[in-house]
Amino acid sequence: MLKHKVAELFNEPACPTNRAKSDTERKKGCAVRSLVPGAAAGGCAFDGAMIALQPITDAAHLVHGPIACAGNGWDNRHAASSGPLLYRFGFTTDLVDLDVIHGAEKKLFKAIREIIERHAPPAVFVYQTCVPGLMGDDIETVCRHAAERFATPVIPVNAPGFVGGKNLGNRLGGEALIDHVIGTVEPDDAGPCDINILGDYNLAGELWQVKPLFERLGIRVRACITGDARYAEVASAHRARANMMVCSQALITLARRMEERWGIPYFEGSFYGISDTSEALRAMAGLLARRGAPTDLVEPEAPTDLPERTEALIATEEARAWERLAPFRERLRGRRVLLYTGGVKSWSVVSALQEVGMVVIGTSVRKSTEADKERVKSLMGEDAPMFDAIPPREMYRMLKDGEADIMLSGGRTQFIALKAHVPWLDINQERQHAYAGYDGMVELVRRIDLELSSPIWAAIRRPPPWGE
Amino acid sequence: MARIVHSTKACSTNPLKHSAPLGGALAFMGLDGCMPLLHGSQGCTAFALVLMVRHYRESIPLQTTAMNEITTVLGGLDNLEQALVNIRERAHPRVIGILTTGLTETRGEDFAGDLRIIRQRRPELADTALVLVSTPDFAGGLQEGWGKAVTAMIEQLVDTRPHHGERDPGQVAVLAPSHFTPGDVEELRDIIAAFGLRSIMLPDLSTSLDGHVPERWIGATLGGTSLDDIRALGRSALTITVGEHMRWAAEALKRKTGVPYHLFDRLTGLQASDALIATLARLSGRPAPDHLRRQRSRLVDAMLDGHFAFGGRRVAVAAEPDHLLALCSWLTEMGAEVACAVTTVHLSMLAGVPTDEVLVGDLGDLEERAEGCDLLVTHAHGRQAAGRLGIPLYRVGFPIFDRLGAALQVSIGYRGTRQSIFDVANLLMDSDERLHHHGNGAIRHDDAALATH
Repeated sequence: MLKHKVAELFNEPACPTNRAKSDTERKKGCAVRSLVPGAAAGGCAFDGAMIALQPITDAAHLVHGPIACAGNGWDNRHAASSGPLLYRFGFTTDLVDLDVIHGAEKKLFKAIREIIERHAPPAVFVYQTCVPGLMGDDIETVCRHAAERFATPVIPVNAPGFVGGKNLGNRLGGEALIDHVIGTVEPDDAGPCDINILGDYNLAGELWQVKPLFERLGIRVRACITGDARYAEVASAHRARANMMVCSQALITLARRMEERWGIPYFEGSFYGISDTSEALRAMAGLLARRGAPTDLVEPEAPTDLPERTEALIATEEARAWERLAPFRERLRGRRVLLYTGGVKSWSVVSALQEVGMVVIGTSVRKSTEADKERVKSLMGEDAPMFDAIPPREMYRMLKDGEADIMLSGGRTQFIALKAHVPWLDINQERQHAYAGYDGMVELVRRIDLELSSPIWAAIRRPPPWGE
Repeated sequence: MARIVHSTKACSTNPLKHSAPLGGALAFMGLDGCMPLLHGSQGCTAFALVLMVRHYRESIPLQTTAMNEITTVLGGLDNLEQALVNIRERAHPRVIGILTTGLTETRGEDFAGDLRIIRQRRPELADTALVLVSTPDFAGGLQEGWGKAVTAMIEQLVDTRPHHGERDPGQVAVLAPSHFTPGDVEELRDIIAAFGLRSIMLPDLSTSLDGHVPERWIGATLGGTSLDDIRALGRSALTITVGEHMRWAAEALKRKTGVPYHLFDRLTGLQASDALIATLARLSGRPAPDHLRRQRSRLVDAMLDGHFAFGGRRVAVAAEPDHLLALCSWLTEMGAEVACAVTTVHLSMLAGVPTDEVLVGDLGDLEERAEGCDLLVTHAHGRQAAGRLGIPLYRVGFPIFDRLGAALQVSIGYRGTRQSIFDVANLLMDSDERLHHHGNGAIRHDDAALATH
């Protein structure tokens, strides 16, 4: 059954990368390349599913597996919550030898009961992992029985690590929502300007940088799937009028299915970068307006229509952002950036960096789509230096040889830059600062400036006075 | 004598335990020019790697055989072979430490047989030492994985008698336990050197994960015990090791080379440190050098100054068995009461922990039982519990991802014990200060904020 599901996900008709492939290529699935033994990096499908669903903050997330899966990985991301903290608990069945021999379905059932009796969560998500997957533990059946018995939704998330990488896990997480969650609660407050955001995990609180923008337009974020989310919000997400899909293709199947099932149109957008934030607001307003969002209902005091109000907000916010960026221009002009990230971020921050006069010497397009690559070219010219994966040794050489003044990347490559004595800023999932929306882009540039102007660089590059 | 009891829960809440393959991989981080390899799905490696990066703030060399559903069912020989060849080509390690996982062990394969086949098929691997360790995730935790890995290193890399040559009366083999930081390893080496003895530390995290800046890019470990030193372990006059989880490794070395061993249950505390110094004095035939006498005097002074802060305090401690014993013993020696002790696995040595009851459980159990305690002692994952309880957290062991300097924290010997006394006393005095300033009503809220920040 899982095999079916995975094949179906690889066949996603709405995915542009997928559409560009030949039939045989498509059958091989996504991201096969990253799974080379001895040369692989990145998380597994279970990791991905957990990333996608754990920000449902009032639910319990129970990992059915040996200690490696939860023990080594709980409490490891900065997905912020504005209220409930149950999602930060690490729940696991912690399978040991005897469980592996006898099977652990009863243990799982008991674990679910303990969680419900102790914490009374609105729902329990149960994550399958490799070992019970091999043992043949049927988590679907256990979850169904537990849900009936304890009158609480218990959602099986069938994404054991060995089926693939993180991105596939994100998708399987989305499948669990479409199969078991979305549409199971009827909201009593559905409004004409309700939207969902798909694929934003509220890392470092980034959702809170864009939510107020929507609110100022009278647009309500019904559910963020999933970031700072509540179970009931996600369960009633089918009553939203439009979906915005953030973060590349991770939840595209979910977006397409929500459109098929409940007629919710979606678009893909990004909150990284000034023009992209504006573009996202514009697209959302347009979608809602086309679906007949009434003007007076939204904002009785301002009898203009939604797209008009959106343009006004964009004009104000953009002007404000550029004004705040201006002081950095003098300080950052000509400084060279190596951008090593992927997906939408390969281009979405480029324009802001260029605007303050920085030179992007290269950007990586490892996880980017063809459309992403086109965007890079339109910003940086036809011969834009686009990298695939840079081997660590080569990256160290580039930085040591002074080819860039700063690298923006994720934690995995952090120490390559630092050990080469080159300034570095985290723009991936472990980042501590929020870089979304207009304010976020100003913050990013401010952080780049702080990092470049730190007094330590001059100090540590100076050799000691006592010679070799 | 502590009673050892088990949590009856089916659901582990906020795990204390980490996986055995992670512990095994960590041990291999202390070999020079090494690349550990987890024989499992890529997630097994990713989770372990991320956690180690967060703790040490270093690039961590750790690879995966990237097993998938099909290769798991058909057998992992090809993946293992490909991984070894790729690692050798890309990172040129001198040693590859192969750690099995729950995934590959559930199917149960003849991994040693696989390696023999690979050796035959791939002559290019001849210059690379391969060490195989069985570490199913469902048996034991980090401590056990570490112990198994060190045992395997000895069994598979140390020269057997008589090939290792003459015994060297000035050489000591040190088998470092899993709860020793790179700083602890360095401290022990310095103490031994103070007696004119040369030590070989296995593993040696003090030269690989101590946080330093190498001159060039190295794809494998940045330092650690060299293969030559491991081979020469059998020439040692004595093996010194700490904690029951290292007994197998010490036994293995003894069996293979005849080197006798001295196993200390811990090296934290005045008496424990005295025992180490006495052993080294006896072995070297030299009296304790002046600077160690001075250090002992400073520790005694720290105990005099610090015991006021410890007296009557109720402390809740959660750690792996040997670390738990060390922590609870010196806290008790300072006058504190261990009101609650939680650990990861059931071992008979736990009876020696100075408390009424040791619970094999998790941080959820710790939080429940720590009600009314003055201090929480565990790894950084205890921060949520400390916040909710409104008491300070003394971070020990692995992982400590929300503080700098974890790798160089020293808690052994006279100097390390003194520092531990200062650190804990300062935490307790700080929380007292808060209590006096805010009165009872505000304590909880304020301390909760302190502990989570």
